[in-house]
Amino acid sequence: MTVGLQMGIVVGYLFVALGVGLAAYRVTDRAAEDFYLASRTFGTVVLLFTVFATLLSAFTFFGGPDTAYAFGPEWILVMGLMDGLIFAVLWYVVGYKQWLLGQRYGYVTLGELLGDRFGSRAIRALVAGVSLFWLFPYVMLQQIGAGGALAALTDGTVPFAAGATLITGFMIVYVVLAGMRGIAWTDTLQGAFMLVAVWSALLWVLAAVDGGIGTINAGLAATNPEFLALGSEFYTPGTMLTFAISIAFGVAMFPQVNQRFFTAASETVLKRSFALWPLLVVLLFVPAFLLGTWGRGLGLEADIGAGESILPVVLAEYTPAWFAALVVAGAIAAMMSSSDSMLLSGSSYFTRDIYRPLVDEGLSGTAEDRLGRAGVVVFAVGALLASVWAEAEAFGAATVGSILVDIGDLAFGGFAQLALPVVVALYWRRTTGTGLAAGIGASQVVYIAFNFLPEVAVGSFSLFSDTYLGWGISIYCMLFGLLVTVAVSAATTVNPEANVDDHFGLRAD
Amino acid sequence: MASTAERYGWAMVMATLLALAVPWFLWGVDRVVWGLPLWLWWHVGWMLVASVAFWAFSRRAWGIWIVDAGGETA
Repeated sequence: MTVGLQMGIVVGYLFVALGVGLAAYRVTDRAAEDFYLASRTFGTVVLLFTVFATLLSAFTFFGGPDTAYAFGPEWILVMGLMDGLIFAVLWYVVGYKQWLLGQRYGYVTLGELLGDRFGSRAIRALVAGVSLFWLFPYVMLQQIGAGGALAALTDGTVPFAAGATLITGFMIVYVVLAGMRGIAWTDTLQGAFMLVAVWSALLWVLAAVDGGIGTINAGLAATNPEFLALGSEFYTPGTMLTFAISIAFGVAMFPQVNQRFFTAASETVLKRSFALWPLLVVLLFVPAFLLGTWGRGLGLEADIGAGESILPVVLAEYTPAWFAALVVAGAIAAMMSSSDSMLLSGSSYFTRDIYRPLVDEGLSGTAEDRLGRAGVVVFAVGALLASVWAEAEAFGAATVGSILVDIGDLAFGGFAQLALPVVVALYWRRTTGTGLAAGIGASQVVYIAFNFLPEVAVGSFSLFSDTYLGWGISIYCMLFGLLVTVAVSAATTVNPEANVDDHFGLRAD
Repeated sequence: MASTAERYGWAMVMATLLALAVPWFLWGVDRVVWGLPLWLWWHVGWMLVASVAFWAFSRRAWGIWIVDAGGETA
């Protein structure tokens, strides 16, 4: 009965989303700026929730609590530093500047902004190309996750390929119709749902456990006393800071997040969301991750390594079946819908920054709108075929497929490599196009080399290791990219066609 | 627009907020207060402080480092 209920809720969610998409389609202009950016009209609540839901829906319910269950609740601090503080500061440093420039010159993508700043189509294509390189496999991961979750939910009645195809087909229809506006509306519903669900679950567990928090802590103290103390073998300062820094910078460069910087309706919206970030982080992550930790204190079992999640186990034990089904199905539905924003942004990067400047410059607004929608279909179907192929382990898939999955896993670090060269370009007038391209190219190559090449011992030094002195390789690559951008800019001259003055000395709106 | 002192003052505030997001001085401490680890209470309190500081920044200093004091120069 629970499976039927869960499938019912998933399907019901899809129909609600489709309804929202249709409503959004009716109020949408047939223009690229409206399809990609909802004509820059978002208010505080919609903007906050659409960024939040786009990023974190599945992680809040599954990955995060699982980490807290396996290693202790310190991940809450990582999220606080990452999303509550570093990302909020980037929201201002990168986001506000991008928004101001977007308002003035109508930019829709980061590549477009930088291409114009340096008077270079190559820069534009490079930024879009690097972004798509990391985004495509990341979309595959979402499809593999959603297909697998549906297969697990139905005990294999809906096989992996069928589940992934069903979800992708739905997403295509939905994104092509709804565009940014519809996606943001469903994200807002989802964000509200997530907040209510996670707090209800927390209170329910507290009320249902005999002896409440005292019993839970006594259990923790008996089995995992290290969970209550700050720090552990897993949570070293270097590890926590590496995760927080490289994911926060990566998030700011993820196309579906970065593009949302352009969508705020006004400066007031940006200011309010800036101040609300830390609050939202506490409200969502503290209860969600505590539930994972409490699962340990309550002696519940979930085989995280084998793909099980702790949150459904906690809910099944202490809350009514309908509530557990609602939360789990809602989380699966949310996982599906975080891909829709990626499809939309991926399509815009391709059509605006690669197709239009390099293939057909004279494209009209309406034609671009149609092309953008077609781009969604191509991107989604391509990722689906790659996912099914990788999962089926067909001829050649074992190697290429697993490489694609590895790239997806490394995407946050890969996007983080873009951040510092871009910040330099936004704030230092003397940055040159050559410097930016060198900084991006060099950090990407080194990051990929250190992650994919086997470790080699050179004397007592180990080349191509993942960590050095307790810090992850992505941090070193970010600093390397920063150095290369500055050094090469200093050694080269500014392109006379660069629009430097247009991008500096801005006035508030 | 903010004075130079204010510009550096805000940079210091932001740096402090980031530096103490993880309460390093509580490293290894396992004291439980009102059912939760002490360091978790620090986290909740620090995020509230950050939110208030960000709000004050958005009211008093929004635009520093980005927007020119003399308005558009281009």
